[in-house]
Amino acid sequence: MARQLLTMMVNGESVTVAVEPSAMLLDVLRHELHLTGAKESCGKGDCGTCAVLLDGKAINSCITPAMKAMNREVLTIEGLSRSGQLHPIQEAFVAHGAVQCGFCTPGMVLAAKALLDENPAPTELEVRVALSGNLCRCTGYVKIIEAVLSAAAKLRR
Amino acid sequence: MWESYVLPTSVAQALAVLQAYQGRARLIAGGTDLIPKMKAGKRRIDCLVDISRIKGLQGIEEDGGDIRIGAAVTHAEVASSRLIRERATVLAEAALSVGSPLVRNQGTVAGNVVSAQPAGDAAVALFALEASIEITGQNGVRLVPIAELYQDVGISRVDSTAEIVTAIHFKGSRGNQASAFARLAQRQALALPMLNTAVVVAIRDGRFAEARIVVAPVAPLPLRARQAEQGLKDAPVSADRIVEAAEAAAQESRPRDSLLRGSAEYRRNMVRVLVRRALEQATTRLIGKVA
Repeated sequence: MARQLLTMMVNGESVTVAVEPSAMLLDVLRHELHLTGAKESCGKGDCGTCAVLLDGKAINSCITPAMKAMNREVLTIEGLSRSGQLHPIQEAFVAHGAVQCGFCTPGMVLAAKALLDENPAPTELEVRVALSGNLCRCTGYVKIIEAVLSAAAKLRR
Repeated sequence: MWESYVLPTSVAQALAVLQAYQGRARLIAGGTDLIPKMKAGKRRIDCLVDISRIKGLQGIEEDGGDIRIGAAVTHAEVASSRLIRERATVLAEAALSVGSPLVRNQGTVAGNVVSAQPAGDAAVALFALEASIEITGQNGVRLVPIAELYQDVGISRVDSTAEIVTAIHFKGSRGNQASAFARLAQRQALALPMLNTAVVVAIRDGRFAEARIVVAPVAPLPLRARQAEQGLKDAPVSADRIVEAAEAAAQESRPRDSLLRGSAEYRRNMVRVLVRRALEQATTRLIGKVA
């Protein structure tokens, strides 16, 4: 199958990769660019472990053809920390014990970032709705929601 | 799954690609329905034609009371549009109940129509708004009432290998009209509707001048509860008349026993509850509390 050239911004850097036309964005990120933060679980857009930001919006990269990222900006969890310094949302997840097995965490953190970029002072309900596409089997969500609200407060200061 | 993926920048270009592939190419917009189907091996195609970048298919516009939603507009865009929230509340509420935020950021309202599922939330709202679907093909543009677009469960009359849904049109509500959406599902997110209902009402001089009531999935396509609608026409606005209409809608519904959605008996009872709530909500939006 003839590969197609895909040019996109990934975590602030322009990248050009030759991809299978039927490849999903998740596969290109993980297997071509070796960014393994986004995970595959359900593979059909139900669980959010594959979430990345595409032009700032959270999407399921497992059901997004890679070519949809052409000339657009992709942010993965690897692009969130700056020179070893965790992003305030990541710090809040650690401080609040919002990480257990960690499998959902990259998607959770990115969905939270998309929310806080758009709405710096969300209510608890708005946080719950924003994270409703990201499933977590460990935490019961309470600590995750606390972490996001705490990060929001810190980011506003 | 497919050997080529193209991102045309105009409708004409997209149509030309479809024609060149002679049925072996098909359209993709958000892909949230299509891609899981293709990954499951249910569809086979040579080329995907992605219409989500075409400029003419973006945006929500109003012109003299007519609202136009471009085919590339997502559920998230519709749900957060001030115009839609004010003039087609039922559609904003329905769009907000689809899938999850991640799905709503990609899936399009036009795609919800093309998927022709018997209870696609946005499509059910568009039935109540009596929307028309604008389809562009090699022979030009045609407008088709949404109810005529459904052929069978999951099959629309749009041929996605040859023509493009380019927009959705409907009339925004006027001063004496209001609408509402109600839904029953196992969870508040990421759950198929066990039932959903969309209503539009108009009130003049203390009477229902018009009521449109759509219920799904209680038939192969969203059901217009015509007897319930007739019962409300010219009736005085009252809680009792709303209860009667909800009962009529339940009697008209033909839900099936479903392991996924619940028993027929339960769901028929719930039709009554949901239709009553939606009618009360829409009426309350117009006149405050219903006595």
